[in-house]
Amino acid sequence: MAPGVTPAQPVFETVALTKIYPQGDVLVHALRGVDLALFPGELVVMLGASGSGKSTLLNILGGLDTATSGQVRYQGTDLTGASDRALTRYRRDYVGFVFQFYNLIPSLTARENVMAVTEIAREPMAPEAALDLVGLAARMDHFPAQLSGGEQQRVAIARAISKRPNVLLCDEPTGALDSATGILVLEALARANRETGTTTVIITHNASIAQMADRVITLSDGLISGERRNPVRQDPVTLSW
Amino acid sequence: MARSVLHTKLRREIWQMRGQLLAIALVIAGGIAVCLMSLVNLESLTATRDRYYAERQFAAVFVQVKRAPRHRLPTLAAIPGVTALSARIEATAKLTLPGFDEPVSAHLVSVPPEGQPSVNQLYLRQGRLPDPARDSEVAIIGSFAEAHHLGLDDTFSAIIHGRQQTLTVVGVVESPEFIYVIPPGGMLPDYQRYGVLWMGEDALASAMDLRGAFNSLVLQVAPGQPVEDVIDRLDRELDRYGSTGAIARADQFSHRFLSDELKQLRIMAIIFPTIFMGVAMFLLNVVVSRLISTQREVVAILKAFGYSNRQIGWHYSQLVLVIALTGLGIGITTGLWLGHWLGELYMDYYRFPTLLFRIQPGWLALLAAISLAVALLGGWRSIRRAAALPPAEAMQPEGPARYHVTLAERLLRWARLRQPSHMIVRQLTRRPGRTALSALGIAMATAIVVVGNFQFSSVSLMVYTQFARVQKQDITATLVEPANPSALYALARQPGVRYAEGRRIVSVELVNGHRRWRTALTGLPEGARLQFVVNAALEDVDIPTAGVLLTDFLARALAVHPGDTLTVRVLEGRRPVLHLPVSGITSEFLGVSATMNLAAMNRAVGDGPRVNQALMTVDPMQTDAVYRKLRDTPGVMATTLRQAMLNSFFDTLARTFLTYTFIISLLGGIIAFGVIYNTARISLAERGRDLASLRVLGYSHHEVSHILLGELALLLLIGIPLGWGIGWALAQGIVTAMQTELFRVPLIITTHTLALAASVVIASALASGAVTWWRLRTLDLVAVLKTRE
Repeated sequence: MAPGVTPAQPVFETVALTKIYPQGDVLVHALRGVDLALFPGELVVMLGASGSGKSTLLNILGGLDTATSGQVRYQGTDLTGASDRALTRYRRDYVGFVFQFYNLIPSLTARENVMAVTEIAREPMAPEAALDLVGLAARMDHFPAQLSGGEQQRVAIARAISKRPNVLLCDEPTGALDSATGILVLEALARANRETGTTTVIITHNASIAQMADRVITLSDGLISGERRNPVRQDPVTLSW
Repeated sequence: MARSVLHTKLRREIWQMRGQLLAIALVIAGGIAVCLMSLVNLESLTATRDRYYAERQFAAVFVQVKRAPRHRLPTLAAIPGVTALSARIEATAKLTLPGFDEPVSAHLVSVPPEGQPSVNQLYLRQGRLPDPARDSEVAIIGSFAEAHHLGLDDTFSAIIHGRQQTLTVVGVVESPEFIYVIPPGGMLPDYQRYGVLWMGEDALASAMDLRGAFNSLVLQVAPGQPVEDVIDRLDRELDRYGSTGAIARADQFSHRFLSDELKQLRIMAIIFPTIFMGVAMFLLNVVVSRLISTQREVVAILKAFGYSNRQIGWHYSQLVLVIALTGLGIGITTGLWLGHWLGELYMDYYRFPTLLFRIQPGWLALLAAISLAVALLGGWRSIRRAAALPPAEAMQPEGPARYHVTLAERLLRWARLRQPSHMIVRQLTRRPGRTALSALGIAMATAIVVVGNFQFSSVSLMVYTQFARVQKQDITATLVEPANPSALYALARQPGVRYAEGRRIVSVELVNGHRRWRTALTGLPEGARLQFVVNAALEDVDIPTAGVLLTDFLARALAVHPGDTLTVRVLEGRRPVLHLPVSGITSEFLGVSATMNLAAMNRAVGDGPRVNQALMTVDPMQTDAVYRKLRDTPGVMATTLRQAMLNSFFDTLARTFLTYTFIISLLGGIIAFGVIYNTARISLAERGRDLASLRVLGYSHHEVSHILLGELALLLLIGIPLGWGIGWALAQGIVTAMQTELFRVPLIITTHTLALAASVVIASALASGAVTWWRLRTLDLVAVLKTRE
């Protein structure tokens, strides 16, 4: 599915992307030919039920997995068939990740978890600034074990944006959180997107979140089944589920 | 049904963790193998010796006299407690063997006309005993026959009591008296240059001018009868015949060395297995507790299904038992094999007719019980924890681990550690107990290699001291009778001899109260250039003009200090009893000797200026001529060569020490690998998720490996120096425990030994590091991120 009028060169472009992987004795067709373009600065929510292929797509975009066929281009560079070394470089320089289970390093404090990224990034922000952006300036020296789930997820967001990534990929960022905490996390994401201009992709099965997006893409059975543009992005505070 | 499912689970998990489990089993196997090796060797040698002694009627009391008439024998046989005796003639001879130019000396023992003596019977390997009617026939000891490839009917020439004769070999024999065949004045066997020969009694008596007389008596004493009483009676009866005093079996040369060796084996059978078992227990504990913490949810579900604590406990105990039994199996097989092999090695210089292979089933049962107990005890805490977990609690995932900023990091703040370095430090400090145990495991591996190897440097120092600092002569010639020192001038004038000086050695008994020690007292001439006495710092000690110097070992044994007066009973000549001051303590690694000024000794003994050994340095180009001349000089009884002693020493060393060292290093390596591999694998399992997260964040494989391998490197950094320290302490203990009359091994730990220990451990670490590195490479990033912690 091609976008209508393109305001700029897309950040990502996928052409006829498929992913097949064996699970036990059966082959799972996770993606069956996805054509997609993502543009600079936009906040995209990707909706889909479990098994729709949205996580697989995100992993391929993020350089964590490779496609079976088709093409992924990042700013014109082909990621298909890139080496492990090249994908590591790509993740390191361009991509920020936020996961459902936070994936913080338990032995590092909030600030140090962010520093783990800023130390290897090319033009990072100050770790304190990143944490301030997600409202955790006061909890910087706490270890993950001393933070609530929402706080941990906001540290993960700070960690992801601190390297000033070109693209922020979030896989069910509120999946493990209650609604009030989830909204705090989404606010942090919206604010980061607004203030840093990072292309942000949030995948979720929670349709209520879609209203905060510029664009909503729906996946089902490994294909894009729908796409719409919100006339106005809703502030996450107004959301509820 | 339920039972079989758990079985399947067990089987699969064992297969999954086979590398780790095998590493632990190998450590257990190492402990058992060393233990069994030493036990088998010890028991086999002991059993072989005991049976040999019993079968061959080995004597309980030995006595040497100058010349005693045979008609005294019935009186001696009537001494209460004596059950059998055998009077004989002993002599020394110089031999010439075709194609062998170096001096060869031999000890001759007579065989009674009726054949086998009633005491110290001979074991016939080949041929027969000498015919009493033929005076040129000899039976020779097996070691000598092998060294010179002598067979039946071979001949060689001998100078006995100054007369040359040709001897024919009619038999190859072994004797319980000469299990350990060492030339007089030597320290280790030298089969080529020293042999034992048995000759017909009449032939030897006429050669030695001892017809109707004997100069050596061996006796058996009834069990339960005090040997001391028999010795006292013999000393009284034989005093007038020039007895040097009867000795008990415990003081007999060959027996004493064999006993020392067995004592050392016993120590080794205790020290090494203890270390191995300790490390194995630690490894088991770590692995089992790790396994169980990853199986919390499984345990909870099993319990929710209705499995009892006992069933679950038994399930995990089985895992532990499988490891222990594997280790036990490998250990027993290897240990029995090694023990047998070591026994064969020992047979080379212990002249037993056959080696009995012995191990008491009780030992095997005990070892099995110990290793199973160690294994179960090792896993006990974690197994109990798994079984006791309430299901609801166990179904909850374990919370994020608690960490804190460590003191070390505060102190190292200036160093601006990178985040991966913080992770390393905090991981190590989060579980200080486990870190300490890992470091201790590495330390133990290092220590084992240190202990296995330090002896080589120590023994080298010992040899250097003995042959380069203390004895500088090339040749020592022992005279038949003490002679006037002027005899030395004749020797010194021989072509090829550069310098000669004399000394006198007399047999004495040193007495301090109830403590007594039979040894040799050496008289050194003033201004000696070839013979020295050194102290513990290896500095020369001046020979005082009066008084005796004792080696530290002897001074301790007699409980005397410098300034004390010591009673010295001279056992030859006019047999005076002297009271001499102890004027100093010396330090020698080999033998136990007392030293004094030669002139003072001669004055005290009272038979004028005398020497009975000549020490010489020779022109290396003319050594053969010197040997021949000495062989043909009637007044010279035996000749020993420094080079030959050195060669024999290093030959023996190479065969036994190095073999042993190699086994110990190998086992040290196995321990190191077991500890490090398990530490790495456990770290990997625990940190997989963190490391995958870092990979996702853009860290390279190399950078992530740094975290795990850095942890290992830090453990090595702590463990290796600690191991050096522990090794040093153990070596100190071993050196002290193994002090014998023959050797006092000095504690020398060279940088070479330390470096070798570190290398063995580092090599094992590199091997486990490589495995970990490879596993990290194949880490499934996506799968790790999808799971909860």
